[in-house]
Amino acid sequence: MIQAPDLPAWAATIVGLLVLAGAATTLIGSVGLLRFKSFYDRVHPPTLGGTLGMALIVAASIVCFSVLRSRLSVHELLIGLFLTATAPVAFMLLARAALSRTQDADQAPAPDDADEMVD
Amino acid sequence: MTTLLLALAITGAQVLLGLAMLCAAARMFHGPRAQDRVLGLDTLYTNSMLMLLTFGIQTGRTLYFEAAAVIALMGFVSTVALAKFLMRGEVIE
Amino acid sequence: MTRFLPHPFLAAALLLVWLLLTQSFSPGQVLLGSLVAWLASLAFAALRPDETRKIRLRPAFRLAGLVATDILRSNLAVASIVMSRRADRVSGFVRVPIDLTHRDALALLALIITMTPGTLWVDFDRRSGRLLIHVLDLVDESEWVRLIKGRYERLLMEMFHQ
Repeated sequence: MIQAPDLPAWAATIVGLLVLAGAATTLIGSVGLLRFKSFYDRVHPPTLGGTLGMALIVAASIVCFSVLRSRLSVHELLIGLFLTATAPVAFMLLARAALSRTQDADQAPAPDDADEMVD
Repeated sequence: MTTLLLALAITGAQVLLGLAMLCAAARMFHGPRAQDRVLGLDTLYTNSMLMLLTFGIQTGRTLYFEAAAVIALMGFVSTVALAKFLMRGEVIE
Repeated sequence: MTRFLPHPFLAAALLLVWLLLTQSFSPGQVLLGSLVAWLASLAFAALRPDETRKIRLRPAFRLAGLVATDILRSNLAVASIVMSRRADRVSGFVRVPIDLTHRDALALLALIITMTPGTLWVDFDRRSGRLLIHVLDLVDESEWVRLIKGRYERLLMEMFHQ
């Protein structure tokens, strides 16, 4: 399924580069998720896809639809806004859950007096 | 000509995103602990949302935008619920 | 602000989001969106009775610019860590003493720290003000403490009049 919208050359160049860069950033983040050894290390790379990868692809979408409809199209910004507001909350909750679980199982390197820091 | 190049770029980006989804899915199946699986699922949600955005660019339809918004919403809610479950053993206290 | 419209900025933002989502500025959608935004702001006021303080805009914009550039930089840093497979990389926990007490400021700090690739907000104790973060590329602990206190906490304090 190879197809693309009819864009003028300058817009097509911008959209193509932005989409490729965003996808590559996301892939690097997911490779890091697969490659790192401990859980706390693994939480970091997926934020690549959630911040820069998302921003590049959303920018590509904004350029593409703004040129296609020849008016400013910014509704994609909502996805960016939503993801930046929610993804950190999910990761923080997950980290807290991991911290309370590692204290039972004693697997990952928890800090010395982490027990008293958990409510 | 430029349309063909753009089509190739978008398809290439979709292949990269597909590989990213495979990485996240592998982490989800591999574990080793439950929090790793939840993290893999959350990354899978984010990657598939980006994939839907590229589909939107490819077809020039805004239909995919709504799907991406719904996926983002579901991903957040499910990750929060699962993290809460891992922390306390129940979702709603 | 008043009993009738407790959070005007929240209501305006919700109306804007509604119009962007429906992608139309027809009078019907404006009316429906205004109704939803008004009801939601009333619900928010019922949920949180304490007064939200006004924020200063100038530090807020400076903070936004700072965070955007920091996120871009640490994206590149984390990407290079993932690709290079450096063997001597050390990750670990850092304890940061935090003097912020305002709830919204703390929530914003948590978002900023977690959103930046390479740092993760793990745990915070409100009584003692001790924050535990996890850092992917830990070179110097005091460097990270200085970064968070000097770069973000200072601007957040200015922003929330603390």
